[in-house]
Amino acid sequence: MVMTDPNKEGRFGDFGGRFVPETLIPACEELEEAFREAWNDAEFVEEFHRILRDYGGRPSPLTECYRLSEDLGVRLLLKREDLNHTGSHKINNVIGQALLARRMGKSRLVAETGAGQHGVASATAAALLDMECKVYMGEVDVKRQALNVFRMQLLGAEVEAVSSGSKTLKDAVNEALRDWVATVEHTHYCLGSVMGPHPYPWMVRTFHHVIGDEAHEQCLKLMNQLPDVVVACVGGGSNAAGIFSGFSDSDARLVGVEPAGGAAVGRGVPGVVHGMTSYLMQDEVGQVQEAESISAGLDYPGVGPEHAHLSAIGRAEYPAVTDQEVVEAFQLLSRTEGIIPALESAHALAWVVREAPSLQGQTVLLNLSGRGDKDVDQMMDVLGPGNIQ
Amino acid sequence: MSSPSNVGRMERHLRDRRDNGAKLLVAYITGGYDGWEAAVESAAAAGADAIEIGIPFSDPVMDGPVIQEASQAALETGATPASVLSSVPKLDTGVPHAVMTYYNLAHHPGHERFAATLAKSAIDAAILPDLPLVESGPWREAASNVGIETIMLAAPTTPDHRLPELCEASKGFVYAVGLLGVTGERAALAATATEIAKRCKEVTDKPVLTGVGIGSPEQAVEASSVADGVIIGSAVVRRLLDGGGAEGVGDLVAAYRAALDAG
Ligand SMILES: Cc1ncc(COP(=O)(O)O)c(C=O)c1O
Repeated sequence: MVMTDPNKEGRFGDFGGRFVPETLIPACEELEEAFREAWNDAEFVEEFHRILRDYGGRPSPLTECYRLSEDLGVRLLLKREDLNHTGSHKINNVIGQALLARRMGKSRLVAETGAGQHGVASATAAALLDMECKVYMGEVDVKRQALNVFRMQLLGAEVEAVSSGSKTLKDAVNEALRDWVATVEHTHYCLGSVMGPHPYPWMVRTFHHVIGDEAHEQCLKLMNQLPDVVVACVGGGSNAAGIFSGFSDSDARLVGVEPAGGAAVGRGVPGVVHGMTSYLMQDEVGQVQEAESISAGLDYPGVGPEHAHLSAIGRAEYPAVTDQEVVEAFQLLSRTEGIIPALESAHALAWVVREAPSLQGQTVLLNLSGRGDKDVDQMMDVLGPGNIQ
Repeated sequence: MSSPSNVGRMERHLRDRRDNGAKLLVAYITGGYDGWEAAVESAAAAGADAIEIGIPFSDPVMDGPVIQEASQAALETGATPASVLSSVPKLDTGVPHAVMTYYNLAHHPGHERFAATLAKSAIDAAILPDLPLVESGPWREAASNVGIETIMLAAPTTPDHRLPELCEASKGFVYAVGLLGVTGERAALAATATEIAKRCKEVTDKPVLTGVGIGSPEQAVEASSVADGVIIGSAVVRRLLDGGGAEGVGDLVAAYRAALDAG
């Protein structure tokens, strides 16, 4: 198996680990223990899948893009995580962690969010399970994802704008960690991607494994074979890890698409921040750099450690696309298939469009991680109502 | 109690002071912040037993608003590890120096190189709050090879079974984190402050200093009723942020010194 459990230090190859203040070490250990136990408890797993089905709407469909496939010369299949409750894949992980928090006797969730999708999912799970929820969000993102801020508030969560550093996802993670250091006795940090200290990267991937498992089965059912390429966008890398995990032992080419302004794997320099060692955008002395992307959810200078590992061993590749390519892909999918994708997910499509000439005749499975409603406001500014291409 | 012969300069100095009956006072100042060098000298002259010099980092997760603000300001005016460290040998303090920074700044150049730079820069010890015991082995070894003492943090949540190993690994002194939370002054001393110091003292004879959350000379005295002394950080840096300059820092440190000496 390629995507195995990490070793007991929480490492995938050279990446991962547990680089957090001593204060949080016991909480990470407790979480690891609780997760191992819960995931071996048939009742817990059943409740997790039951909620994802009856509340979350799983399984999410596999949609074949007839028009776009013809235009591109590529058979394009979409795994429709955008159709999940709350509008993205994030709900899978959040339901898992909220159930786990309850099992550990914790009554409060803190979360960081970039695009707001993880924050909305966390606020949703907190409402469902009657927990308190506080979401940290960079000031820049509070502005460009105002709709999601209001959604979180409607769901009963408290949203705090973070004004330190780059005022985006990286700083929201810092602030959530600071909160957790002070509240660890009754609070669970509901981390939103396959990043952070062990066991998060492994646990979050496990909760998203369902994406890959379903897609694997759906591909076999539809085509009696597996896709040639599996592609997903990568911020921290949770939706990519979820879908990759269903295909990592097949012959499929695995492609994680980063934004050009946040290409952690692309630059390939290892570093340590937010509890993990992984590839990290940093300057010549080791200060973490600010990512810059049109999509708030991918505006992150790091990447989950398992992706660093998959890249290092050559199992997956991590190209980057520009904001301009993303804006075009966003409109393309809307017009040809009637699906407005999240700007994050549009990164994956932008890569397919660019690479189409070299993918002729191949089958490409794309993880459509979220829907674009949250981005419509921002895109109206970018494109202007009269400027749609 | 006489000092074991193999200890570094920080630990030797603090042990000697403690064994002579003093309560210990360590002052933290953010390196690179406007006026920091004079503030360091002034803190030492006012009676700090050692100085912690912060090397500003982009993502200071263990720091509250005051030290975050100073770090960010220092970074914005171009502070780098090299610019801060190259100034330290010129400072006239007469006491040991520790750096306090985050692990990536040691990881990026590589352990050996970073440790060697510290050793060349009149630094005796290092505090890396995001490098917990479980991940610290390789760094501690590289540091120790060039005589840099790595000060480990013991938290209120650290279980009893891990404390002996943590205190054993710690060099220079043991940093007892006074509360659940990040740096910053608090209105009252947390109950956890004396508890964690007591638990550390039970398993080590190294100096145990309580830091994080100390906000007044009275709290320092209270914390030192159990610990061998205290670390003050945000209180000092706030003086700088408020424009108090080296003089303000000197007055503040002198007030803590006097309170600790009076008991
Ligand atoms: C729709 C969507 N896709 C992807 C991401 C990026 O996260 P990850 O890389 O963990 O999948 C986000 C994050 O906000 C998102 O909202």
